[in-house]
Formats: sequence, structure tokens, C-alpha cells
Amino acid sequence: MTSNVSAGRTGNPTSRVEENVQNSSATPQTAPLLSVRDLKVQIPTPGGTLEAVRGVNFDLNPGEVLGLVGESGSGKSVTLRALLKLHRAPIRVSGEVYYGGENLLTLPENRLRSVRGGQISMIFQEPMTALNPVLTVGQQILENLLEHKHLRGKAALERASELLDLTGIPSPRARLNDYPHQFSGGMRQRAMIAIALASEPKLLLADEPTTALDVTIQDQILRLLLRLRDTLSMSVILVTHDLGVVAQACDRVAVMYGGRLMETAGVNALFGGPRHAYTVGLLSSLPDVGAHRQPLRPIPGGPPDLRNLPAGCAFAPRCTYVTGACLGVEPPLQSVEPGHDSACIHHDQLGQLNSSHLPSSTLPSSALEGPL
Amino acid sequence: MTDLSPTPALEKNTLPARATPDELTGELLEVRGLTKTFAVRESWLSRLQGKPHRRVQALTDVSLTVKRGETLGIVGESGCGKSTLARTLVRLYTADSGEVSYGGLNVLELKGAALRGYHRRVQMIFQDPFSSLNPRMTVGQVLGEALSVHRMRPKGDIPARIDELLSLVGLPLEAAGRLPHEFSGGQRQRIGIARALALEPECLIADELVSALDVSVQAQVVNLLLELQERLALTVLFVAHDLRLVRHLSHRVAVMYLGRIVELAETGAIFESPKHPYTQGLLAAAPSLDPRRRTDAPAVSGELPSPLNVPSGCAFRTRCPHAFERCTLERPRLLEHAEGHWAACHLLDSAEEQFTASGTGTAL
Repeated sequence: MTSNVSAGRTGNPTSRVEENVQNSSATPQTAPLLSVRDLKVQIPTPGGTLEAVRGVNFDLNPGEVLGLVGESGSGKSVTLRALLKLHRAPIRVSGEVYYGGENLLTLPENRLRSVRGGQISMIFQEPMTALNPVLTVGQQILENLLEHKHLRGKAALERASELLDLTGIPSPRARLNDYPHQFSGGMRQRAMIAIALASEPKLLLADEPTTALDVTIQDQILRLLLRLRDTLSMSVILVTHDLGVVAQACDRVAVMYGGRLMETAGVNALFGGPRHAYTVGLLSSLPDVGAHRQPLRPIPGGPPDLRNLPAGCAFAPRCTYVTGACLGVEPPLQSVEPGHDSACIHHDQLGQLNSSHLPSSTLPSSALEGPL
Repeated sequence: MTDLSPTPALEKNTLPARATPDELTGELLEVRGLTKTFAVRESWLSRLQGKPHRRVQALTDVSLTVKRGETLGIVGESGCGKSTLARTLVRLYTADSGEVSYGGLNVLELKGAALRGYHRRVQMIFQDPFSSLNPRMTVGQVLGEALSVHRMRPKGDIPARIDELLSLVGLPLEAAGRLPHEFSGGQRQRIGIARALALEPECLIADELVSALDVSVQAQVVNLLLELQERLALTVLFVAHDLRLVRHLSHRVAVMYLGRIVELAETGAIFESPKHPYTQGLLAAAPSLDPRRRTDAPAVSGELPSPLNVPSGCAFRTRCPHAFERCTLERPRLLEHAEGHWAACHLLDSAEEQFTASGTGTAL
């Protein structure tokens, strides 16, 4: 793999990093591959401006799989798309996305094109809508090889079949001539990964890549992504709503709610000792193995209205631990332990709970009590 | 089981008596050898060439019983036939062959008033409540229609009953005047449940009831289902792909693969000591919430074969790590290997055959 990104890697935005830079313990003190600072996305709607992303900051280290997890409407996919400036007017994106020393959000369109789909590739939830139905899978890989690797002819064909093989598609040479509809759901996702990998990206953005797949195929695709991460030394940002996927595939996790990061931590720390009330609520609402047919512990209420957010913590209206302090100003994301950040005022109290399986007495026992 | 011949002019009072909560024993639904195929749309050219009509085997020889008051979970990959089974049971699809017996009546032969009576007793709730609710009818109209069409209440009592239903599913009473699009996903699913409950069913068939909902809201709807089941003595057929939820809710679980049941047992037995290699793989593939428990190799290799071209012998053999010659030649029968634990795998057969003569039947 050629490393064509090293050229501009020196000019990192150190002056911008007033927030603590969270390095994962696995890769100490390497310059981050991607730095996101104060990312905001506003979507004008007839009912008012929707604050989809409200000041997101994070760093991504080389070779790291970062999970961006949240429920629908939390802003996780919007964040991911904003990184590559995929939003169009009237959607407004502000903030900085530093990659290789340059702010992608202010990069001229022609230079952005070489990054987008080149050094940074993206895969989507529904491969059938992301793939071109009238081109064969082979043509779509060749297109990318020509654009970003300047490969053509026999060499390109060779490489394309290598890529299909790499993603675990049997008899790759023959399948290059197939159209996307001739592939099964899992194979389509593999083909989309092969197209994304054609440019030898340093960073793969994956938007719910396994949500539409069966667990057996999801398992295969996640293992494939992790294997490719190791062999190609890429970084991955994995957007998902499935906490199981996060536990099985990510090194570090960022939990989103109401357009903001609520908690970021290493995957073991997050599942072992969550420090934000929302993360605690999310983990406790899942069925517990020992409690067959016992009532679950849901988070009462529903997602916030992003056009009309409450003052203070966005999660406060649904939170069991809410106090007056939560309602005033929105708590910032701050370090609670090395490599573990939380935007919860009560992170100390939660730290003492010491497990994701919290006593049921501290949490609402029935959905029917909630305001839903 | 004697009067399974179509009985004409069944009145609704010929339906079996509703069980009271104290007598929650026995079987509510008995399915025997249910088979359903779908015709494949052939191209004009292949018809001209006289190629044989192909059919998709959606369900093949499915037999199971649903006990009164229990929750029977049905799991499997997409395309395994679990939704087809649910829809065939409520007569949305017409079965090719087999029997479905509901308290001695053959459901597949019911007509007219008797069929309406059956539909009232066995209600289906769909995955996507938004597409199953009429967008131009208020919630009150939706519920009122169900109540009046099935003559559940005299006209004057309908508004009171609507209020009752709304509070039963935890919706505010003013919801009656609003349209489906004004509700969130979780609330719409509650509306779907309320509509099903309007007919005072004995059995709910829930096809991916909470799959479209976020986890925090999912838990609310699951709790509602648990509570209603207790309060109204409902039998629930819970069709889902989320193994964690199925484990939580079900008393028994049936695992399906390519249109057949490959394993059926008490929930604990399925999850703690699965006998069929497919069940074992399916459980291992479900992502664990413990990040320290990761494996490198995928749990099940390969993909579901095309239902147009089901492998000979055991349908799972193409993906099975233990497949041997007999699996290609002979289809394993669903046999009872332990008390209430049925599985269809030759590996289990060969281990036991020496000791127990094959006295156990295939039917459940």
C-alpha cells in the first residue's frame, strides 16, 4: 500500500486543540489522522432551523476504529456526511475537519475530489442504492482505479479481481462482469467495500454498513472490516445504532445524542463503566440474560426535537439523574479519566455504579410511566 | 381433530370457547405439515421455450404447536420463511397444503363468518405501523372502524371503548383525534397494538414488532407487550430476528432455515444448549455486548442458498462445518432429542440411534 497522504501531515492544527486530545491507549501520542473541531450542521426546515449537529469535536488515530453510536435523529449520519462535505445548500456546515493538515470544509472542490473517494472512502447502509445499477461491479471498481490510482487496462482488471477476492467474493474474475442486482445483500456490501478500497484509502467512513443484513452476514462483514483495517492499516469510522456491533468492532466509541457527543471512551471502558446517564440508560434498556420476561428498563420519552432543544443538557428531560444543575447550561464534554470524556454533570455518581448492569431501583421500571 | 372437514355456515359461537387465565394450558394453534410455495415470474422467453414453472419453497412441511398463553419466538435469517409462516397462519397467504387447527377447526378451510371470527381471535401486528395505518384516518377512526366492522360494541359504546384502548396501550386520550403521521415510531406501534386489541384477540402474531424502533423506545413497547400479555392472557407468536429480544420474551423458540423448522425447544435450552449447528452458528453470530469477547473467524460462513434451488438432503449442509456424506443424501427429520427439544440434524441421530430405536415421530 502506498502512503500518499504523508505529504501534508505535518501541519496539524495544534493551536485549535484546546479541548483535550483523546488518544486511545493503543496508539500513544501519534498525530491524529483526522481532527474534527466544533462541527455544526444546520438544516433549514419549514418548521424552523434543525440543529442536527451542534459542536462535535473528536480525533481519530491512524488504524483506529471509532464507533459513532446513537439513536435515529442523534446526528451520527449527518456528522459522517459532513466530514466529506457531502451536504448541499441549504444545509449549512461549519467548523473544521482537519485531514493531512488541511481543512476539508474549506478545500476547493477539485482538491476535495481527490480526497473524497480517494484517501477517504465511504460505504453506505443500502448498497443497492449506493451502487450504480446499470454498470457492472467491475466497471465501478475500474472507474475508481482510473480516477484515483490511474490504473487502466489489464493491470486494472487484475487489481479489480484482487479487490473482490480480498473482500471474500468467490470466483472474483467472473463476478466482475455481474451487475449489482445479481449479487445478494451481503455480496453487494462486499462489492461496495471493494469499490471503496480500490483507491487504497487511509480512512473508511461506514454508515450503518451492516444494519440491513442478517446477523450471520453482519458478523462476516464486521470481521472483514477488522481484517482489512489490519492488513491495509486504515482507520474506520463506523456509524451504527447497534451496541453489539460497537462492542464487537470498535476500539473507541463516541456516543451521540441530540447532535452532540455525550461520551467518548475506549470500548472496554464504555461498556464496563459508562460515565454518562444516557449511555447508562441505553445499556440498561437492553434485555438482561438473567431476567427472562421481566420488564425492561427503557429510557422514558422519545428523542428530542432538534428545532426546539431545551436549555441545558439535551438528555435532561428523559434522565433519571436529572438535577437543577442539568437544566441551566449545556455541560461540556470533558475528561473524567484518561481517554474517557463525558458531558454529564453526574459522571462521578455514575462512576460509582461501576457496571452497566445497574440496580433496577435507580431506573424507571415501566414504559407506561414515561410521558410517551 | 375429527371435524376438520369444512363445516358450512359456522357461526361465531362455534369458535372454541375463550380460555380464562386459570386454564392457560393446552394448545391454541396446531400446525401440521404446512407448505407454501410462491410462483416465480417467468420471462416471456423462458415460457416460450417451455421451461418448467419454477416455484419458491417458502415453507416446507412446517409443524408446530402454540400453547395457550405462551410466547413462541420464531427466528431465522431473512428468507427463512418466518414471516410467511406468520402470514399464512392469519390467512393472508393461502397455504398449498397442510393443516392449521385452532381448537379443532381447520383454519385453512374457514369461510365467511367463521373466518371473520378467526381473524378476530388471531390478530397480526406488522413491523411498520406507518404503512399499515391509513394516513387519512385519525386514530379514533382506525379503532372505531375495527370495533364497528366486527360489531365488538354497540355504536354508543364505541367512544368509551376507544378511550379504554388508548389508555391500555399508554397513549393519551387526545390521541384519538390525531393522524398517524403526528406520532413517533414507538407511539405508532402502540396504535397498531391498540387496533389489534380492539378485537379482543386471544392470539397476537407480531411480525418484527419492534425492529424498526430505537433501543430505548423498543424497551417501552416490549414492556407494554409483556404487561398486556399478562393482563389479557394473550398468546403471542413473536417473529423477530433480534435474538436478544426473542430470548427475553419467548417461552419457546423455533429456529427456521430455508422454510423448515430446524430446531424447536424451550428458550433456555435453545440458548444454552443449542443442538443444531445452524442454531449454534446463529447464536454465535449475534454480536455480544461484551467487547472482551471477540472472535476473529465468522460464526457461520457462506450465505443462505437460493430458495429456488434448495440443496439436497439437509438444506444447511452447504454452510455446515460438520456436514458429511449422509447430509447430502438424506434430509434429517425433526426429532425429539430431549424432552420438548426437537432438532433436525443427522449428527444427533447417529449419536442416539444405537440407544433409542427411532420410535419418536416427526410430528410435534
